[in-house]
Amino acid sequence: MTELLERPQSALPEPVPVQVTRPDRGKLLRFLGHRPGLVLSLLMVAFVLVAAFAPGLLAPGDPGVGDTAERLQPPSPAHIFGTDYLGRDVWTRVVHGASLSLQATVIAVAVALVIGGLIGLLAGFVRGWLDDLLMRVVDVLLAIPAVLLSLALITALGYGTVKVAIAVGVASVASFARVMRAETLRVRQATYVEAAYAVGTRWYVTLWRHVLPNAAGPVAVLAVLEFGLAILAVSALSFLGYGAPPPAPEWGSLVAEGRNYLAVAWWLCALPGLTIAATVLAVNRISRALDGEWRRFR
Amino acid sequence: MNAAALVRYVLRRIGLAIAVLWAAFTVSFIVLYLMPGDPVATMAGGGLDGEPLTPAELDALRARYGLDQPLIVQYGQHLWNALHGDFGTSVQSGQDVRAAIAEALPPTLQIATAGLVVAIVGGTALAVVATFTRVRWLKQALLGLPSLAVSLPVFWVGLMLVQIFSFGLRLFPSVGAEGPASLVLPAITLGLPTGALVAQVLAKSLDQTLTEPYVTTARAKGVGRAAIHLRHALRNAAIPALTVLGYVVGNLLAGSVVVETVFTRPGIGRLTVAAVGVQDIPLVQGIVVFAAVVFVLVNLVVDLTYPLLDPRIATGATA
Amino acid sequence: MTSLLQVEDLRVSYGGVLGELQAVDGVSLTVEPGEVVAVVGESGSGKSTLAMAVLGLLPGTGRIDGGRVVLDGQELTGLSEREMRAVRGHRIGLVPQDPTVSLNPVTRIGDQVAEVLRVHGLADRRTAELEAIALLEKAGLPDAQVRARQYPHQLSGGMRQRVLIAIAIAANPKLIIADEPTSALDATVQRRILDHLDLLTRTSGTSVLLITHDLGVAADRADRIIVMSQGKVVEEGPVQQILEDPRDPYTQRLVASAPGLRPVPPPAPLPPGHPLVEVTDLVKEYRLPGRRTLRAVDGVSFTIGRGETLGLVGESGSGKSTIARLLLRLVEPTSGRIVLDGDDITRVRGKAARALRRRAQLVYQNPYASLDPRFSIEEVVTEPLRAFNVGTRAEQKARAAQLIDRVALPASVLRRRPAELSGGQRQRVAIARALALSPDLVVCDEPVSALDVSVQAQVLDLLRELQAEQGLAYLFISHDLAVVRSIAHRVGVLQHGQLVELRPTEQLYSAPEHPYTVELLAAVAGQGSTRREPVGTGKALP
Repeated sequence: MTELLERPQSALPEPVPVQVTRPDRGKLLRFLGHRPGLVLSLLMVAFVLVAAFAPGLLAPGDPGVGDTAERLQPPSPAHIFGTDYLGRDVWTRVVHGASLSLQATVIAVAVALVIGGLIGLLAGFVRGWLDDLLMRVVDVLLAIPAVLLSLALITALGYGTVKVAIAVGVASVASFARVMRAETLRVRQATYVEAAYAVGTRWYVTLWRHVLPNAAGPVAVLAVLEFGLAILAVSALSFLGYGAPPPAPEWGSLVAEGRNYLAVAWWLCALPGLTIAATVLAVNRISRALDGEWRRFR
Repeated sequence: MNAAALVRYVLRRIGLAIAVLWAAFTVSFIVLYLMPGDPVATMAGGGLDGEPLTPAELDALRARYGLDQPLIVQYGQHLWNALHGDFGTSVQSGQDVRAAIAEALPPTLQIATAGLVVAIVGGTALAVVATFTRVRWLKQALLGLPSLAVSLPVFWVGLMLVQIFSFGLRLFPSVGAEGPASLVLPAITLGLPTGALVAQVLAKSLDQTLTEPYVTTARAKGVGRAAIHLRHALRNAAIPALTVLGYVVGNLLAGSVVVETVFTRPGIGRLTVAAVGVQDIPLVQGIVVFAAVVFVLVNLVVDLTYPLLDPRIATGATA
Repeated sequence: MTSLLQVEDLRVSYGGVLGELQAVDGVSLTVEPGEVVAVVGESGSGKSTLAMAVLGLLPGTGRIDGGRVVLDGQELTGLSEREMRAVRGHRIGLVPQDPTVSLNPVTRIGDQVAEVLRVHGLADRRTAELEAIALLEKAGLPDAQVRARQYPHQLSGGMRQRVLIAIAIAANPKLIIADEPTSALDATVQRRILDHLDLLTRTSGTSVLLITHDLGVAADRADRIIVMSQGKVVEEGPVQQILEDPRDPYTQRLVASAPGLRPVPPPAPLPPGHPLVEVTDLVKEYRLPGRRTLRAVDGVSFTIGRGETLGLVGESGSGKSTIARLLLRLVEPTSGRIVLDGDDITRVRGKAARALRRRAQLVYQNPYASLDPRFSIEEVVTEPLRAFNVGTRAEQKARAAQLIDRVALPASVLRRRPAELSGGQRQRVAIARALALSPDLVVCDEPVSALDVSVQAQVLDLLRELQAEQGLAYLFISHDLAVVRSIAHRVGVLQHGQLVELRPTEQLYSAPEHPYTVELLAAVAGQGSTRREPVGTGKALP
């Protein structure tokens, strides 16, 4: 049964292999055509990127200035996300908040990816006592919930967007290290790596040419996934009030500001929160697409 | 497993647990005391807002907390005290750290337990139904729920629940910790991400288990679908889910930070927020080590549960 | 006389992203009461799909598109799941493919056997337990009483297959479908299990539909053989006729390439000369938990001459793959001496160890795993040249093209990735890589056991040709005695890490001395057909 699905072409006489061409544009369109959710996710991420780098394009107003005469207006064509207690346009604040929130997320993922990746690669490739030592450290980091570890770092470092980002990044080092190590180990034990040794390839060439490229895939998938988690973690810390000081708009702190008006102005919490959720959902959907969906389709 | 092997196994587990706790203490010490910045200045600055201390007062504070000693001596002193269960006193309140945690624990334990029940029951039910149903759209919809749930910010979910069920439908109170009704919304908020993880792992594991050759053997015997699902597959599939559960139970504790803030409940979470807010280093360290203790205990329970589920683990040592 | 099982024009397809795949394409066959019918075919021929379709257990996207399956006068196609359940296990028993994964790991053996009786209402809780023990005994499981209380992982592969046989016969079905029942087991175990299954079904008059890729097994066990290829039945007939007078060209090739049936005369031993490899008292120990050690290789000595093929045979765990790795210094020997062309290479390190790589190469068992999936075939073949900086890039490319041509592959494969090639083609690529540096010795570790028999024959031919052209020496490791016989000049037999016999091929096969060799040779499938009575006599049933 499985044999049949794996190599349907193997029969007598030895068959001409199935011609597999490089992915062309038609194929990509067909792939996306069957996945409206993925298209939506890509659009969402593109939208957030525009908001982060050129917020003026989407919301020309000033996020810090409001008209108190128009305070606590529900969503309307003039203010599609409504206005807050100072009459500021919530849509403008959400768009301008993307920049700070995204900046923190990128820093967090970069910190986790670089430190965790190096630890994992080293542990998986060198093995021996170094592996044991590094993995024990990673185990301990896993034993402390990420939020608490981040909070401990914030206690030491203080408040601010960048510090929150570093705190979130360090707290995710462990999961990157584990995945990178597992992948390195898996690839290292692959027969083709032993075959490379057997034909006389040097270890550093093997590491560079065989181990890294084959181990990188799952780590890249994790990095995208971690992006979503980092958005959540950063906004949670910002919600608790450890991020940029007001009145700077950050996604988490926008929700926190709206909390006091929950009973009278639902949109103050609901819409910025929905933006966060939609972004994370989009990122997770893309991560799933990268994780084999495209490969299986080809 | 014979008696000697069992003793060795238990001793190893305990040794490992102690090592993890020691390491957690060390990591938190490094983070809190070795990071750039002067702990006394931060503690004093946070504790006594707006009243700058004189250098003499700062020195006095340093001496009181032993911060004038070399770091290694400080570390040894702290570790020695910690071994006796003494994590110092809170800078802010002057209360013993251990007492502060013990006092804040019961309400947190309530919502954490309730959240765990929500997570396990909800997650398992969803995974079992999603993998059992042959209605395609239902399966797709159910399997989509967990990835939706883990994408939602916890604080936002809590606020939305309050909006709908407290202000809208007036079913449950929005704040406080009185009575079982006040437990419902926090438990759902807290259990949602954990339950989603359980559902995800269990559903994947069940789907995979159902393609195993031994399931084909069972079907070839003429065993019905429901019996195969519950009797053959679920027990085999539970093991990865249990492992994940061991790792994420700590998240319930961490989640209390946000949930208790949203619902204005007393507990470990609120204590943590307050401690971080005033940079109360001894208290934060106490909480971090406490979280590690919880993690170690939970995983000890998980490890002891494995052999009940999988005989290969129980007899594997001697087979 | 009505047939027990009647399959008429059955068509099964799998739907997938790649489009429809017609796995079974208009197959008709019958199984008479008490008859053993073998369905033979290579992987992808649709034989397993056929078996599962009869049971109504098609995996995933499988679907019956047309045709009928009739059991004992009752049509099975179109029965509801509930009605089908009453058939499975009760009227048709299944002996599945791989015993190591076909039993539920968390349930006791006895309970798994008893479950058949319980679901079909043939026994209650208490009697089912007792009956399960009796069934296990009947299936030839020693200490059935004790074993019934154990879990699958505490039993060997052969014992587990006996448990599965007990499950299959529990409800006294009239038909047993055996889907490659022993291909995951060692040859000697395989023979004992099949003998026992034979005994059980012949005494009870149970029909057997035996699915196998091994024409030898089919010839030994079946009354009638049905040959399948690409979803169709290409030939059908009594065993004797298929073996001696195959009509269809596919069957002819299958019979010709089945190593057990038509042994190619082995190559004559070479005149003694200065040996290329001398191995003396080689020992490899692995440390196990609890201060025990495992002697994987236990004092093995042999030589290989230039241009000679030394075959090493043994069952799994006999240490044959470890010897391959020791010889190439991929594993450190515990003691002993390895001399290659006069140089002691037992402990060489650094430069000298790398120099060894130019002279001795390895071809792996699994061509799916031994090629980096991200490399193009050209990169795979030139990797050894790059490692030793042989020639310019253009020269390396030219050499790759030459090597690919040498192993009879079209030049167009150079730009492909391994995943785009078939198993046989990949193994040719692996051989081309091994030859890139013009080594003296090539160690072949089960080089053909992952391939279908017809592809096997082609790869073996290639190895023989290359040896004749370049004077290569081979250390040829295999569990398959028939394959080794067709290629090796001399053969060594390994048991528990010890070389129990080492002699020229013809002598070893015609007059084995060591009892273990005798047992191994007796277990080779495909010899029975010449010994057994012509089929059909003596068991014609009403």
